[in-house]
Amino acid sequence: MHTKTIVELCKGLKNKDFSCVELTQYYLNRINQSRLNAFITVTDELALEQAQVADDKIALGNASILTGIPYAHKDIFCTKGVKTSAGSKMLDTFIAPYDATVSQKLNQVNLVMLGKTNMDEFAMGSSNENSFYNAVKNPWNYSKIPGGSSGGSAASVAGGLSCFATGTDTGGSIRQPASLCGITGLKPTYGRISRYGIIAYASSFDQAGVMTKTSQDAAIVLNVMAGFDEKDSTSAEQKVPDYTTNLNTSLQGLTIGLPKEFFLSGLDNEVANNIMAAVKEFESMGATVKEVSLPNSVYAIPTYYIIASCECSSNLSRLDGVRYGHRSKESKNLEDLYFNSRSEGFGEEVKRRIMIGTYALSTSYYDAYYLKAQKVRHLISNDFKKVFEKVDVIMGPVSPTTAFDLGSVKDPFSMYLADIYTLSVNLAGLPGMSIPVGFAQDLPVGLQLIGNYWSESKLLNIAHQFQLQTDWHLRIPQEC
Amino acid sequence: MLLSENQVSQIANLACLSLNKAQLKDNTQNLNAISSLVEQLANVETNGVEPMSHPLHTFQRLREDVVSEEEQLALFQSIAPEIRNGYYLVPTVIK
Repeated sequence: MHTKTIVELCKGLKNKDFSCVELTQYYLNRINQSRLNAFITVTDELALEQAQVADDKIALGNASILTGIPYAHKDIFCTKGVKTSAGSKMLDTFIAPYDATVSQKLNQVNLVMLGKTNMDEFAMGSSNENSFYNAVKNPWNYSKIPGGSSGGSAASVAGGLSCFATGTDTGGSIRQPASLCGITGLKPTYGRISRYGIIAYASSFDQAGVMTKTSQDAAIVLNVMAGFDEKDSTSAEQKVPDYTTNLNTSLQGLTIGLPKEFFLSGLDNEVANNIMAAVKEFESMGATVKEVSLPNSVYAIPTYYIIASCECSSNLSRLDGVRYGHRSKESKNLEDLYFNSRSEGFGEEVKRRIMIGTYALSTSYYDAYYLKAQKVRHLISNDFKKVFEKVDVIMGPVSPTTAFDLGSVKDPFSMYLADIYTLSVNLAGLPGMSIPVGFAQDLPVGLQLIGNYWSESKLLNIAHQFQLQTDWHLRIPQEC
Repeated sequence: MLLSENQVSQIANLACLSLNKAQLKDNTQNLNAISSLVEQLANVETNGVEPMSHPLHTFQRLREDVVSEEEQLALFQSIAPEIRNGYYLVPTVIK
């Protein structure tokens, strides 16, 4: 049952092959027996209540395709009455008093939330080793990382602990773990999905998305999650199409751009071979390939880490132990309270990024750091604009390597290199996807698809056509 | 330019973070490494380039300055570490 897609589970529920309560109990049992550490909170009771409501709806004939489908929700989305920790000690006691818009939308279609997934603290990380609740393991090899920061979500889908999961992508946090765990991950255009109720890390980058078994499933979930939200001042007033209607369009005549900067030294040979084999598959489906250049993408890492750290130092200043979250017990005065609560509550990576941001925003360095990075961000964005005048989609690797060993990367700056191919997409605010296209060293490899603004529909179509021709997305880990 | 541990201590102070000796040393190294990353950006010609603060180059939408939410003080304070009579309690500010 855990290998079935949304489409297949919906059919099973409709045909009464199993009830939603049975399905939910099946997944809860799998979660309770799992050693992946993919969940921070398992909402057994709530899930079974929601499953009963879904069964009633199905019996009355009021069900939609998503009614009763069990999913996992990243612990960065506020969920009313349920702990929302963002993977941090700082919010270990935080029971959200309201629902994020995404949570609200998912509730409205009677999905079943199995629990909240583990993640790098405040979404800061590329390996899921920075969680207060310990590292998540990769279902393909328990000694490897699942990727971050949506590592719990990715592992839950790949490991058969949920049918699909939500994620957020600030610098690659949906695409990279999706790639390393062998599932489909979609980060839409910035502004496509409301950020209201998502614990903010870097506001001009954060974007919610979906992690699924197939691109068809991603289209189904995106239909629910996408849309304008007046509660979010960065939400785009842009018409939302039905993402499932364009999936079967032929790829004849599609133009693929391969950025030469994505295939330089540092990219694992086997990963590169898998990417090129996938591109050849697209050629056999009628696509043509052009070499393109994104000359400023080589500056994506410093640009991203400066701007994201500046935004994080500002966003996380609200966490001071006064109104919610961790409060130090040792404080003699108000200043002590701020310092002790923050110093005890934040982990090392979070402190590091707050420090970088505070430094870069300080009067003497503002122009040379923050302002300069914002200008380079513009150049990176312009590079994409020029390329999209010539091609329909950009393809390349998601990650330079397959999943690495847990605990093997000690230096934070080496870790930042894991995001080298994903960051520029967030800097420009473009949509991006990762789909499984092969294996290297017995671990999954993902292909990155980058589209022009608001082209999620096209990306899903391209991914779906590939998945009709190949079976990489159907492979499951041995222990699963 | 290399930052000294004293300067890093000042930055920590601005960020309301207390660092022990090992953390101070570690963060000094990290901030200096970030400086070297930034040096890469110094090579990029950005004269006349507008800084990009929004990925879609749009302005932040504003709403009318009217009350649009119901009062939910009790709900929000139900998760506060310490409250009394509708106020958030903190340690003594003025002696």
